[in-house]
Amino acid sequence: MNRRLILLLPLLLFAGLLIFMAGNLGKPQEAVVRSHMVGKPVADFALEGVAGAPGLAASDLASGKPVLVNIFASWCLPCAVEAPQLQALKDKGATLHGIAVRDTPEKVAAFLARHGNPFQRIGNDDGGRMLIAFGASGVPETYVVDGEGIIRHQHLGEIRPEHVPELLAELEKAR
Amino acid sequence: MRAAAIAFLLLLGGPAAAEPPPPPDVPLADPGLEAKARGVMAELRCLTCQNQSIADSNAGQAQAMRAEVRERIAAGEQPGDVRDFFVERYGDWVSFVPPARQDTALLWLAPLLFLGVGVALVWRRIRR
Repeated sequence: MNRRLILLLPLLLFAGLLIFMAGNLGKPQEAVVRSHMVGKPVADFALEGVAGAPGLAASDLASGKPVLVNIFASWCLPCAVEAPQLQALKDKGATLHGIAVRDTPEKVAAFLARHGNPFQRIGNDDGGRMLIAFGASGVPETYVVDGEGIIRHQHLGEIRPEHVPELLAELEKAR
Repeated sequence: MRAAAIAFLLLLGGPAAAEPPPPPDVPLADPGLEAKARGVMAELRCLTCQNQSIADSNAGQAQAMRAEVRERIAAGEQPGDVRDFFVERYGDWVSFVPPARQDTALLWLAPLLFLGVGVALVWRRIRR
């Protein structure tokens, strides 16, 4: 091979790298951090109730039948957007429990009065520590927990109408 | 009058929903443990503000993670254990320190590899 060409090789490699980097400059970097708790049991916890609903503890999740756990907050707009879908899930026979994150009881009560309350139990997590327990990276997130208290499925972000059958299928799978 | 009315209406239209600011951090009483906890915080990635460590972020979730780190360090856990706790929940991604495993061997050995190539090149030149 030509010696000149070999000497040019590093420059070409560097040019290639520059082109690659320039091409990626405009891309928004939104890596979705999936929970690694899927397939693992929920850590033990006990939260006080809020808005007149009974509190939520780990034992309520290992109740023998799969449930949905919705992590929400009154200050979270997508949580209000997904409210009709939560109601639809409840109407189709799903059991829903809520965890209100970094919120006050009054605000949670007002939020539920306005958007509806599909939850059987609601845990008040004012420190936001349950997000870590579930491996959640924000609100809203919804988890399918099977009858033994093992997390089976994570839904990141708001539940849109097309996700309702998906979640019902995941509930069925966890049975 | 009209300007005042508009100003009043603008005041009314504040944000309908905003996340409350996180509670202030409470450093651990023992400065040695606090320093240990801060070391861990600097190595954990904030989940909502992805290119910041939780030590640098004022997001609510980062605050909750800092509280968790302090609690675990105060309970006597080693920094490595605390990091593992978060990696178990969020994967390797949450840590700024890449794990040393078989599939990351190339990453860790690359500096040695490049050094070897350099030494070989210099060696050839000297011998000539």
